[in-house]
Amino acid sequence: MAAQEIDRIRVEHASKEFTLRHTRAFKEVVVRSMQRRRRELSERFMALDDVTFSVGEGEAIALLGRNGSGKSTLLKLISGVMGADAGRIATRGRVAGLIDVGAGMHHDLTGRENIFLNGAILGMTEQQIKAQYDRIVAFSEIEDFIDTQVKFYSSGMFLRLAFSVAVHTDPDIFLVDEILAVGDEPFQRKCLARIRELREEGKCLVIVSHDLDMVSQFTDRGLVLRKGNLLLDGPIDDAIALLRSEDLYEHSGNADQAPGALSAIEIDPESPGPGLG
Amino acid sequence: MRTHLSLDRRLTHPMTDTALFVEPGSGGGLIQVVHRRYLLRLLVHKELRQRYHGSVLGMGWSYMKPAVQFGVFYFVIGVFLQMNRNIDNYAVYLFSGIVVMNFFSEAFSNATRSITDNHALVKKIYLPRELFPVASVVVSFVHFLPQLIVLLVGCFATGWRPGPLQLLAGVGGFILLAAFALGLGLVFGALNVLFRDFENLVDLILVVATWASPVLYTWTLVTRAIGTGWLWTVYQSNPLTSVVEIFHRTFWAPTVDSAAAMPPRFLVFVGVAAAISLLTLALGQLIFRRLDGRFAQEL
Repeated sequence: MAAQEIDRIRVEHASKEFTLRHTRAFKEVVVRSMQRRRRELSERFMALDDVTFSVGEGEAIALLGRNGSGKSTLLKLISGVMGADAGRIATRGRVAGLIDVGAGMHHDLTGRENIFLNGAILGMTEQQIKAQYDRIVAFSEIEDFIDTQVKFYSSGMFLRLAFSVAVHTDPDIFLVDEILAVGDEPFQRKCLARIRELREEGKCLVIVSHDLDMVSQFTDRGLVLRKGNLLLDGPIDDAIALLRSEDLYEHSGNADQAPGALSAIEIDPESPGPGLG
Repeated sequence: MRTHLSLDRRLTHPMTDTALFVEPGSGGGLIQVVHRRYLLRLLVHKELRQRYHGSVLGMGWSYMKPAVQFGVFYFVIGVFLQMNRNIDNYAVYLFSGIVVMNFFSEAFSNATRSITDNHALVKKIYLPRELFPVASVVVSFVHFLPQLIVLLVGCFATGWRPGPLQLLAGVGGFILLAAFALGLGLVFGALNVLFRDFENLVDLILVVATWASPVLYTWTLVTRAIGTGWLWTVYQSNPLTSVVEIFHRTFWAPTVDSAAAMPPRFLVFVGVAAAISLLTLALGQLIFRRLDGRFAQEL
């Protein structure tokens, strides 16, 4: 592991608990509380339970685990979208990522306007966006439609544009959640090449993916999560081996996941899909 | 969990040595908005584009609504109920109050909905969330400007010759108004994430607001009815009442020969309004910060 001084991310005893409220209607709240069944109004589960690790400068790590193991929650804590309930998380430098790249896009704006809006949302200054503008457009391969409103784009074009902005934000810490869902095969290859480039530039990478072969190409360290607990933090090959043996274990009929917990985390989509909306 | 916390305290101590480390998501609140004003500008632009998308009149609608509103009030209150016999240049009197209420209503109600409306962004990408309510207030300001121009035309047509003090009061009054609207917008915008009931509550408040300040009538009618006791104190403590009265002094009073006197202890209540507005803004920021970490999971 990297020395303290050049850490980029520090996660110390981070815990995150989700409360699932089943209802918010006043009538039901009153009725239930009179029935003395108040506890059923909400259900709690630990999405992350006392997770500690750090990521050094220039390091590339993979977060691995089954659906609902807390990978995406952890990414959200690192990016600041959510706050941890307990523990500390600290990052050094600008954080950006490929997480639901479509979220910052607006359908009524043109491709050009969306590049500027999205770039600014991801923390770029006006000058930085202007400097990268030509590269972003070229990467997205939609030069001819750049002044068309984004709502007329095909879903592939839409995601290509969003993705192009995200990979040109030049952050210090780059978070990647399921990158391979974007575009056709040539474009995917280009994306992977770009991520490899970022890696070679010495950016700190945190990748969440179920594609173990891809992950093993890009990272050298893996963290395996299960139901919010950090099971293993070690070389990527060990992590993948553990995950594969776990899968075998699970498939042999010993699926012990709590149904509530699993479906709850699924609410927040792990698989990106076109982030239209 | 408790044990984690105490353990955490001890372990994180060295972390404070490296000044460059920041806790993700712990933005500096409204100060961050100033740092990211370029993004604010783009968000305002986006908001306006979305609002008038696919409409022929576009921004023209921001003239239409106040024009119709003014017409209705002028004829019903001014002509039918004969308020323009009591108040000289009633049209300007009325409109200078209406612009205050329009700005406040739009800013407050849109800021309240701003977080829930931008749920896609709030859930996925971190940015200082104060940007959304602030953008709502700025959009309302953009809609306020054409109304102000119409008001000024009316003022000049009726012989408006304001002094520097009056202009300064007008600007000051507007700043109070914006601070009050933003403060309330931060509070209700954050609470609305937890319970959508709050946006309906805000609509209700706004129905009352226009009538709870001397927009359509004069303050003398209020004191005639309720005296100058504690009820009057409550009425006057509403910052909107003070701002409406300031706008009357700025835009309407210089156009008439015999403007009604200022309400009793007016300057005291302007001070009260300023204090309440700033307090609301501070409280809004505090509550917003407190709830900010929960937005992504509650939406």
